[in-house]
Amino acid sequence: MNPHRRTIMQLSAHAGAAGLLASSGLLPARALASNAPGWNEALFKATRLEDIARLLGLSLRESQGVGVVGPNIAEIGAAVPVEVKASAAGVDMLGIAVPKNPVALVALFDLEPGALPKVATRIKMAQSSHVYALARVGKELLFSRTFIKVTVGGCG
Amino acid sequence: MTMIAMRMRAFLQGDDVVVRALMFHDEDTGLVTSPYGDVIPAHYIQTVRCSHNDKLVMRCDWGIAISKNPYIEFSFKGGKRGDRVTVSWLDNLGETQSGSTTVR
Repeated sequence: MNPHRRTIMQLSAHAGAAGLLASSGLLPARALASNAPGWNEALFKATRLEDIARLLGLSLRESQGVGVVGPNIAEIGAAVPVEVKASAAGVDMLGIAVPKNPVALVALFDLEPGALPKVATRIKMAQSSHVYALARVGKELLFSRTFIKVTVGGCG
Repeated sequence: MTMIAMRMRAFLQGDDVVVRALMFHDEDTGLVTSPYGDVIPAHYIQTVRCSHNDKLVMRCDWGIAISKNPYIEFSFKGGKRGDRVTVSWLDNLGETQSGSTTVR
């Protein structure tokens, strides 16, 4: 008999029981997600850019005052380096969005006085897509986009 | 999850302080199925606070699409050599970690 069979049986039985416990609400609270204070769950459920702007209470406008820099082709979508920077005056928040991902909004960066409107990070991309740079100025959400081709997706 | 200390560097570039931070976190999206057929639960950083001498410089809200072992680079004005820069994160399971360095 395959020596791994026993382990696999045990693991799957365990997984099944855990699933049952989770659905019946018997697991302690820590095992279920409890969101960080101030983290807006609705924002991170939106799948369209328009919804993100609406939830933030801002009007969307395409602008050259904000830009996103990234590779033309990303070999693997699991870690795509991107940089967002804004040249528009009065930017107090930056963001990154990939509408073709399961969750459109990747990140928001709230800039306090003194912080420069320029942030770089690495993001996951499920497939080739436009990557949007977002910047809040007053009641407007400025955006611009660039296309990044992904050879292997990195979300599932 | 075993915690590995954050790697950080902060240095002056002209009048600005540039900060680079590499956090060690699995960043599970909750969309991946393990080889045993069960879903790997979501476990990802939701908020990050970046401070300069205890004064908040930037607050980040992150979703599931930040890469595993997240890297950020940001910069701010008004810092000088020897100042303290701190980055701390909080994830969706309530785990937290913080790291700090001095401006070189």
